[in-house]
Amino acid sequence: MLYREAGQFKTTYAEDMAIFPIRQDRIALGILLGIAFIGVPLLATFHVWPFAGDYLLWAILLPFLILALAAIGVNILVGYCGQISLGSGAFMAVGAYSAYKSGTGVHIPLAWLGFAISIPPLPVLASILLGGLTAAVVGILFGVPSLRIKGLYLAVATLAAQFFFDWVFLRVPWFTNYAPSGSVNAPALNFFGLVIGTPIERYLLCLTFVTVFAVLAKNLVRGNLGRQWMAIRDMDIAAELIGIRPLYAKLTAFAVSSFIVGVAGALWAFVYLGSWEPLAFSIDRSLQLLFMVIIGGLGSIMGSFVGAAFILILPIMLNLIPTELGVPLSTETITHLEFIIFGSLICYLLIKEPHGFARLISIGKEKLRLWPFPY
Amino acid sequence: MIALGQFLEVLIGGLMSGVLYSLVALGFVLIFKASGVFNFAQGAMVLLAGLALVRSLDFLVAEGFPLWAAIIIGIGFAVVIMAITAWLIERLVIGPLVNQDGLTLFMSTIGATFILEGAAQMIFGSDAYPLRLFPTDAWFLFESLFPGGILVNKLDVWGGFIAGILVAGLAIFFQRTKTGRALRAVADDHLAAQSVGIPINWIWFVVWLVAGLVALVAATVWGTKLGVQYSITFLALKALPVLIIGGLTSVPGAIVGGLIVGAGEKIAEVFLGAYIGGGIEYWFAFVLALAVLLVRPQGLFGERIIERI
Repeated sequence: MLYREAGQFKTTYAEDMAIFPIRQDRIALGILLGIAFIGVPLLATFHVWPFAGDYLLWAILLPFLILALAAIGVNILVGYCGQISLGSGAFMAVGAYSAYKSGTGVHIPLAWLGFAISIPPLPVLASILLGGLTAAVVGILFGVPSLRIKGLYLAVATLAAQFFFDWVFLRVPWFTNYAPSGSVNAPALNFFGLVIGTPIERYLLCLTFVTVFAVLAKNLVRGNLGRQWMAIRDMDIAAELIGIRPLYAKLTAFAVSSFIVGVAGALWAFVYLGSWEPLAFSIDRSLQLLFMVIIGGLGSIMGSFVGAAFILILPIMLNLIPTELGVPLSTETITHLEFIIFGSLICYLLIKEPHGFARLISIGKEKLRLWPFPY
Repeated sequence: MIALGQFLEVLIGGLMSGVLYSLVALGFVLIFKASGVFNFAQGAMVLLAGLALVRSLDFLVAEGFPLWAAIIIGIGFAVVIMAITAWLIERLVIGPLVNQDGLTLFMSTIGATFILEGAAQMIFGSDAYPLRLFPTDAWFLFESLFPGGILVNKLDVWGGFIAGILVAGLAIFFQRTKTGRALRAVADDHLAAQSVGIPINWIWFVVWLVAGLVALVAATVWGTKLGVQYSITFLALKALPVLIIGGLTSVPGAIVGGLIVGAGEKIAEVFLGAYIGGGIEYWFAFVLALAVLLVRPQGLFGERIIERI
C-alpha cells in the first residue's frame, strides 16, 4: 500500500532517467542517509544503546563501510564487466602502500646517476587518492591479459598479481620505509587542519568516501561506459561487432575498479588498521571480496553493501552464538564449526539464489508493489 | 661460476617437486574436464584424505596392528572417506547447481573448501601429523663425475614413480573401461551424453571419487614430505599455475606443466633469487603462467577455445 508508484507521472526525460525514479525509494534513501550521517554519530556521542561502547562503530560499521567500498570496486569489474578477479586484495595493498609512501615522503635514491628524487610528504587526502591512482595503473597492467583470456583462466592470471604484490611488500624494504618488523604505521589523519582521531570521526570520514564513490559508481554504470562494460560482459564478440572497443572497455573497467579498490585499501590501512603488515591484504581478502560481490549480487551497487554486511557480520555472529548460549566448546572447535557453517551457508545461498541478495531485494520490491492484493 | 653439478641437482630436485604439483593439478583437470567445474576444494580434499589416512594409521598402530595391515586398513578407510565426500559434494553442492555459470560453481567449491577444512580438522584434529610411508633419505649420484655428487631425495623418486603409475592407470581407465568412456562422453557434451543414456549424476560421483583418490595419493607423498597439516591446502593454489601452463583440459598438460613449474621455480630461486631477494618461488609460477597465457591463452596442451555468437 505504501510502495505504489501510481500517480507519479514523469514529464521530462531527465525525470525518467533519474537514479531513483520512484518517490518512495528517494524517501527511504534519504532516511537511511539521515540515520547514517546524523543519527549514528548522535547516538554514539551520547553513548545510547547499541552504541554504548565503541565496539559496534569500530568492529562492525567501520570495516563494513570500507569493505563495502572495496566490494563496489570489485563489482564494477566482476559484476558489470564480467572479468573475474582474484587479485583485489593485491590492489588494496597497492593502494595502501602507495598512499603510505606518498604520505610519508617518497625518496628514490638513484645512486648510479648521482642524485636522488625526493618528494615531500603529501597531505592525507592527496595520498589516499594517489594510492587509488597507483592501484588503477597497476590494475591496467594486470588487466592486459584480459584482452586475450577470460573466465577462470583470467581468475588465475589475477592471482599472479596477488602473489607478486604479497611478496613485493614483504620483501622490498623500500615500501615499508625499511621498518625492521615489516609493519608500518599510518601518518596522522590530518584533513585540511582537521585531525581525525575518534571512532565517530573515522566513521564519518569513511561514510563520506563511501557515499561519494557509490554515487559516482552508480552514475558510471548507468552511463555510456557502464553500458559498454555490460555489453562486454554479456557477450564480448557481439559487443565488438556493434562497435565497442574491448581494449578500451576492459581496461577502463580494470582502472575504475582498481581505483576504488585502491582507495578502499588506503582507507582500510589508514583509518581502520592504523598500523599493518602485508598479511592484511592476503588472498583471503580477495576471496572475501569476491564472496561479498557474489552473495550480494553481481551487477548491483546496492548488492555490494548487502553482501559486505552479510559476509562481515556472519562470522561475528557465528562467533558470538556459542558464547551467548553458554555451550562449552573449545575455541578450536568453534573456529572449525564457524568454517563449516560459513561454507554451508555460502553453498546454500548459491543454490537457493545464485543471483544474490540483489535479486531477493528486487523480488521483494515487486511483491511490495502489489501488497496486500497480490493480483 | 655455476657448477654443472649444482645446476643438475637443482634441476632434478625441481622436476621431482614438479611431479608433486602435477599430482594435485591432476585432480583439478579430471573434474574440470568432466563437469566444467573449477574445483577450488582440491587442496582441502588433499588435507582431508591425508588426515584420514594418518590418523587411522596412528590409531591402528597404537592398537597393536602390524604395520602392513594398518596401512591397508588405513588406506581403505581413507578411500571410504573420500567416497563419502564425493557423494556428498555431488548430491548437495554440484547437483543442485547444474546449468549455473562457471563462476557460481567456482564459488560453491570455495564454500565446499570451508566445509571440508572445518570438518576434516574438527574430526581428525588440527596438528601437524608426520606420515612415514616412504623413505626420506637421499642418494648421491654420479659422485665420480661431480665433486660431492648430485643429491637426489628418495621420496621424490618415489613420488615420480607413483605419479607415473597413477597417470598410466588413469589413461587405461579413461580409454579402456566403460565408465571411463562414459566420462569422456560427458566431458564432451553433457546433453548428448545424457540423451544416449549415460547416468550423468553417477558419472559426476565417479569423477569426484577419482579426484578424491588422486588427492589421497597426493596426500601420501606430500604428507611424507611436509607432514599432514593445514598448510597443505595451499598446495591447491600452487597447482593453479600448473593448470594454466598445461591447459585446463589436458592430463598430459598437468604433468608437463608441473614439471615446468617445479624446475622453473627452483632454478629461479637458486640462480635469480640471490639478485632480487629470496622467496621468489612464491610468485614465480604465477608470473610464468601469466606469460604463457599471453602467448597461448589455452595453455600448452589445452583445447583451442573456439567461440561462436
